[in-house]
Amino acid sequence: MEDTICAISTAKGVGAISIIRISGKDAFNIIKKIYKGKDLDKVLSNTINYGYIYDKDELIDEVLVSILKAPKTYTMEDIVEINSHGGINTTNRILELVLEHGARLAEPGEFTKRAFLNGRIDLTKAEAVNDLINAKSNLARRVALNNIKGDLYNKIKALRNDIGKLMANIEVNIDYPEYEDIEVITNEVLKPELDKVKEEINKILKNTKNAKLINNGINIALIGRPNTGKSSILNKFLDEEKAIVTEIPGTTRDIVEGSMTLDGFELNFIDTAGIRETSDVVEKIGVEKSKKAIDSADIVIVVLNNSEKLTKEDEELINLIPENKRIIFVNKSDLPNKLEIKDNYIIGNTVNYDGIDNLKKAIKEKLNLDNIMLNDMTYMSNIREIDLLKKALDSIESALNNLYSMPIDMIEIDITNAWNYLGEITGEVYQDELLDILFSNFCVGK
Amino acid sequence: MYDVIVVGGGHAGCEAANISAKLRMKTLLLTMNKKNIADMPCNPSIGGVAKGIIVREIDALGGLMGIVADKSHFQIKMLNNSKGPAVRSLRCQADKRVYPKVMLEYLESNPNLEIKEGLVEDLIVEDNVVKGVILSDNTKITSKTVILTTGTYLKASILVGSTKKDEGPHGEGRSNTLSDKLREYGLEIIRLKTGTPPRIAKDSIDFSKLKEELGDDTYYTFSHDIKPVYDINNQQKCYLLYTNENTHQIIRDNLTKSAMYGGYVTGTGPRYCPSIEDKIVRFSDKERHQLFLEPESIYYDEWYLQGFSTSMPTDVQEKLVHSLEGLEHAKITKYAYAIEYDAINPLQMYPSLENKIINNLFTAGQINGTSGYEEAAGQGLIAGINAVQKILNNEPLILKRNEAYIGVLIDDLVTKGIKDPYRMLTSRAEFRLILRHDNADLRLRDIAYKYHTISSEQYKRLQDKKDNIIKLEEEIKNNKLVMNEDIKQDFIDNNYSIPLKNLTYEELLKRPEITFKFLNKYHEFNYPEDVLEQVEILTKYEGYINKAIKESDKLKKIEEKEIPLDIDYSKIKNLASEARQKLSEIRPKTIAQASRISGVNPSDITILSIYLKKEYNND
Repeated sequence: MEDTICAISTAKGVGAISIIRISGKDAFNIIKKIYKGKDLDKVLSNTINYGYIYDKDELIDEVLVSILKAPKTYTMEDIVEINSHGGINTTNRILELVLEHGARLAEPGEFTKRAFLNGRIDLTKAEAVNDLINAKSNLARRVALNNIKGDLYNKIKALRNDIGKLMANIEVNIDYPEYEDIEVITNEVLKPELDKVKEEINKILKNTKNAKLINNGINIALIGRPNTGKSSILNKFLDEEKAIVTEIPGTTRDIVEGSMTLDGFELNFIDTAGIRETSDVVEKIGVEKSKKAIDSADIVIVVLNNSEKLTKEDEELINLIPENKRIIFVNKSDLPNKLEIKDNYIIGNTVNYDGIDNLKKAIKEKLNLDNIMLNDMTYMSNIREIDLLKKALDSIESALNNLYSMPIDMIEIDITNAWNYLGEITGEVYQDELLDILFSNFCVGK
Repeated sequence: MYDVIVVGGGHAGCEAANISAKLRMKTLLLTMNKKNIADMPCNPSIGGVAKGIIVREIDALGGLMGIVADKSHFQIKMLNNSKGPAVRSLRCQADKRVYPKVMLEYLESNPNLEIKEGLVEDLIVEDNVVKGVILSDNTKITSKTVILTTGTYLKASILVGSTKKDEGPHGEGRSNTLSDKLREYGLEIIRLKTGTPPRIAKDSIDFSKLKEELGDDTYYTFSHDIKPVYDINNQQKCYLLYTNENTHQIIRDNLTKSAMYGGYVTGTGPRYCPSIEDKIVRFSDKERHQLFLEPESIYYDEWYLQGFSTSMPTDVQEKLVHSLEGLEHAKITKYAYAIEYDAINPLQMYPSLENKIINNLFTAGQINGTSGYEEAAGQGLIAGINAVQKILNNEPLILKRNEAYIGVLIDDLVTKGIKDPYRMLTSRAEFRLILRHDNADLRLRDIAYKYHTISSEQYKRLQDKKDNIIKLEEEIKNNKLVMNEDIKQDFIDNNYSIPLKNLTYEELLKRPEITFKFLNKYHEFNYPEDVLEQVEILTKYEGYINKAIKESDKLKKIEEKEIPLDIDYSKIKNLASEARQKLSEIRPKTIAQASRISGVNPSDITILSIYLKKEYNND
């Protein structure tokens, strides 16, 4: 138990506070690097300390930090608990920051395991802990399999294969230095390959949908003709959650109108140029503008008026939105029905806010949020993958930075690390894997 | 009665017998033929990538291979010099006549060691403890421990085309019953295969058509204790040549005639050492394969055709050799052959190399499923040391994966087992940056001294080296190169970027291009060459080396977590069934070893740790 572990120890990011727990010998060193406030060296054990979490100069959150010194703690190691203001976004930023400063994400049940191994927990609980670990890791495996299948999994696998082949070639150069017919991996060969890997990992990181949802929140666009009640719906969402309505720049070039938290996920309502305007704007938005809004949103809520007939523009708009991000909300259910629509829809009104809960449910279903938030395991495995991808990226960057100043045996350490991290994601690492690649690709031997 | 009987006089046997006798044990080395002691039946070289580092480790631990190689080679080369310190490795072309002679001299100079001829066909085993050996003439020789280093001689068969002869290399006899007896005692016997290429008469080779391969022009030794004894300007050349389409066609036309492809071979061959027919079949799109011609000795005129091992019949071998450029009129003095032999399943050994089924029985070398002189010698040395520890009732010497290639080798054998003959490669060592050629003594001589396998002079040499390293490290930290116009010009002339301020020598050395050789002009670093080399490497690669040390330190704690020998894995609830089966079979010694077994997952390790804590109160 040499290393320091961390995890979000509150089950969900909902509610006012979530707790990031760090345990291990570096726990205090790590918090000191990211916390500004009291001098933590001087505070007593079992105290709660007010302050701020910073990522370099950027303020992340206002927090309370509990300092619990070994051995009288749950794990009998030094423990730090960061109480943040909740919201998956902030909590994750802090967790990532802790990871960046040297902690590793706890395995399922690892705090309990440490508590046990360090003699904190009664021996009679041993079997229960066993069962727990077994159950949780099975779940984790299942969840991991579910989460990373399809495209992403294949992409990482392909990327890892490419790195593996490159490594095998380097290894052959090293273990069989006198085989002249084998391509020698020089820096000139290596650099473009590593650049490619770096770019790919960056792309995956950006495209990882769950990563994006967790890191950046969910972008929601409300579109529809004027007077369908978009603003009322928006206000209902925001008021209800007492979210701050400000014009802060979002992650895209769009302007975020306001944010709220739904089951720990941040919902960002993005401006689709016209939502709040009362004049006839929809016609002016034009197809291009709508397309752009649709592209940058994770969810597009099309608001229609129950008491008006479906127009050609409405239909065009609906068809423009891919089914997997489209929710149709038929507003003004309190007025007589004139609308006929064949697609699935949710009906409600903004007079007594009927149907708004159904709308939230629809958002969750569309993005499969319940699956992500099903339990802490699922969530963890997402963070875990992102963490591993980032580590792989760091390793590749280290290789690139040192390429021209270090010999190949050093560079290969970085490449191997990247390969191993990606292997942890795909779960396909096995003993002597590299040797198998090596001997199936190169003809060497006396 | 002997303390230790070593069966077999190959590279494993020599090291085992030598170290046991050196540790003042009454030792008997049994060989079928004294003339074949330390024989090199295959390639005429010692060392090579990773293997050269094993030789350095053998030397650091008090073994013989390094110093004997130093005294018997006619060419030496530092491989991978440009690829970085972690993978640098020494290889020499050892004279096949001189090497065994020098080795025998060393062995015979040891008064505790007796060498006798005899063929061992059985062991004396009582209550699962070995008590001695039984020779083919039924002579019984008793001992406290036995080390089997039988090489390829257990039920050996030589295959050339469809002919199969039941004999060992050089037409020697073979042990006909020992492996059957071992099976009766409960050991699992496996069948392996290896091969060797043809030998060519020197005067029949047209060297003008071949490309020369020279030795290095820098002095090197494997040994940490002697100065180079060879003439650097008088090294023998090796030669490079290639197969061609004609060669490949002959192979394709005759494929079914080869012992391998004709189905005459039952043993598993090494994949890193494919026969020429394997190469052509598996890599059919390659236009040519590289071969080397290496002299076997300066005292006779036979050359070794490296890369051309085959089990084709002799007439096809003639055609094949004659298809090579430069060998059109070559005379084959010895035909290539494949050899099959019995070995034990290495999973049945402890990391001490003692057998799990028969106590006090140790094994080393090809009988454990490895290949290569160096791999054999490394195991022989450890088996020898541990047979002695067993007699003295001491803890065995088990080298860790972050301490030595020999540690990696043995851990791999007893943890993963083998599918084909095992050869050491740098890629097998996850901490190869720590396991370097240059620091074998720093890694291992403290351990060697503890086990009394090196002398106090050797130990003092190590302490002096360590002191010097510390002194030099201080010196480069505390002194700066004060720049002036001349020095600036020197930097410019060398195409080095000019420091913007006065830097310490340590800071300068961190730059990839700057060496002590350059800095010596401005500050006299009066230290032995190996000290300068060490500090230069430690300074230049500090970041990576520290990372590697940090990684390897993580292992330390779980390496120290021992698993009791009497553990009953069937009693541990929740272990995955594959893990349970593997753990029961391999019976790892530590949690770290358990975690390296394929099929044992991290959750199994946790469950195991918790069980140990509960049942044994083991931290």
